[in-house]
Amino acid sequence: MSVDTDTVKRVARLARIKVSEEDATRMTGELNTILGFVEQLDEVNIDGVEPLTSVVEQSMKKRTDGITDGNKADDITLNAPASEDHFFMVPKVVE
Amino acid sequence: MTDLTKLTIAEARKGLKDKDYTSLELTEAFLSNIEEANKQLNAYVAVTADKAREMAKASDAKLASGDGGVLEGIPLGIKDLFATKGVHTQACSHILDSFKPAYESTVTSNLWADGAVMLGKLNMDEFAMGSSNETSYYGDVINPWRKKNSNQDLVPGGSSGGSATAVAARLCMGATATDTGGSIRQPAAFTGTVGIKPTYGRCSRWGIVAFASSLDQAGPIAHTVRDSAILLKSMASIDPKDTTSVDIEVPDYEAAIGKSVKGLKIGIPAEYRMDGMPDEIEELWQQGIAWLKDAGAEIVEISMPHTKYALPAYYIVAPAEASSNLARYDGVRYGLRVPGKDIVEMYENTRAEGFGDEVKRRVLIGTYVLSAGYYDAYYLKAQKVRTLIKRDFDLAWANGVDAILTPATPSAAFGVADQDLHADPVKMYLNDIFTVTVNMAGLPGISVPAGLDKEGLPLGLQLIGKPFDEATLFQVGQVIEDAAGSFEPEQWWG
Repeated sequence: MSVDTDTVKRVARLARIKVSEEDATRMTGELNTILGFVEQLDEVNIDGVEPLTSVVEQSMKKRTDGITDGNKADDITLNAPASEDHFFMVPKVVE
Repeated sequence: MTDLTKLTIAEARKGLKDKDYTSLELTEAFLSNIEEANKQLNAYVAVTADKAREMAKASDAKLASGDGGVLEGIPLGIKDLFATKGVHTQACSHILDSFKPAYESTVTSNLWADGAVMLGKLNMDEFAMGSSNETSYYGDVINPWRKKNSNQDLVPGGSSGGSATAVAARLCMGATATDTGGSIRQPAAFTGTVGIKPTYGRCSRWGIVAFASSLDQAGPIAHTVRDSAILLKSMASIDPKDTTSVDIEVPDYEAAIGKSVKGLKIGIPAEYRMDGMPDEIEELWQQGIAWLKDAGAEIVEISMPHTKYALPAYYIVAPAEASSNLARYDGVRYGLRVPGKDIVEMYENTRAEGFGDEVKRRVLIGTYVLSAGYYDAYYLKAQKVRTLIKRDFDLAWANGVDAILTPATPSAAFGVADQDLHADPVKMYLNDIFTVTVNMAGLPGISVPAGLDKEGLPLGLQLIGKPFDEATLFQVGQVIEDAAGSFEPEQWWG
């Protein structure tokens, strides 16, 4: 399978990365090189093989459903590019 | 007085205890080396000199009263991927500009609890994506090693290139690193240092900037097998904050060092002999086999038929997980924000400017393979192939193999800005061909320096172990180290 420039632009839109026409053209070539490389997996017989979901055989650890952390609004908004009264500030999304 | 920066951690541990020197003296010696070398080698992206002195003084007080921890007063470098409270933690990406976490990663907390001293944060490939440390927002790291009679700059490997260079050039006694596809072992091999990626689940991933969560593991880079055992013992723990952290007590890895390897079964997988592999790599491998045979190990030929599919499967799984993990960098909660006419354009502008080319490539590949209609053809298939890769190893262990010996890398360190490697992303990816199988199967792997090539550059051998059997890797690794000796670059910097 290979991708065309329109697909690259669509995927970039899904990934929320702005690409110029020139970027998209260059990336199309690069992505096709990578997709061409991974195509060799088609040689492998995977009939009846289960996908690997965990490398370590351990059942998921569970903890009590209790509050273990909190009251850290200062810490949480500490690195925000824009914040006010413990809220993250973003451009207007609702008219 | 001897040059304190030439000591191993094991030697310094004794010297500090015997009060031959103080941690502050040791720390000052490294700070002065960093001051001299960093302009040329670019290993550190932030030097925390004041904090280092403060920690060293506290260690000296503890050492004086005789209640120092196992790493008391030992100066270390920390990869920029580890969250360190109030200190530069940016995964060497523009998108994490000025990020200083309000918390400390579990691995670094463990090191500080044992008395270690932080010298600063180490350069790396952006978000740990790269095999040459040329994708960092903070510029290329330079390998302290050069070819004989050459002044060409070489790469230290990646992504833990800053860690490897800092250790090799004596800018710290040991360093933390992380390995998703080979990012500890390949740079260790390129710089004549020892690097171990432990079993998935051995070190907590809490507070480490995530790249590919099912593959990422932290581990140390150090001068000797023993030093790496000392560091791993401290870094590893059982952590309730990471559900993939495994409930197995951390053993005393040092106890394995010096034990005879007589009777151990060492597997040699034929499939790690690649077309076009330089003769020197094959010779090094044969040399390693001979050393282990001389030490009494039993050498057995094994077959791992799915080896060649590990790298293509990795380039589906790792980008897919990365595209999800990196979705959090949106210009809202931390780091860089580039304005736009609405919120979507703000996201798009921020991520376009904040991510470098390699990161964008992988996010796009990941987004594509996970997009509607392609999931089965790519991600699901790759995870099935991953089952087969793991099965190859499981069969070897079932047949009584104790550890597997392979080359660490298909070549020695290459030049900075190598045109061939930059023209084709897949060529760069091939650097991890011998290391990536280990991540896909979640196993421990160690790279030990084993010799120099004809141009005088270091080469490493890799040992792969059973799950949670890092001890055997240290045991066998020590035999290789004893036979091969140690390797020190000639100082041209400073």
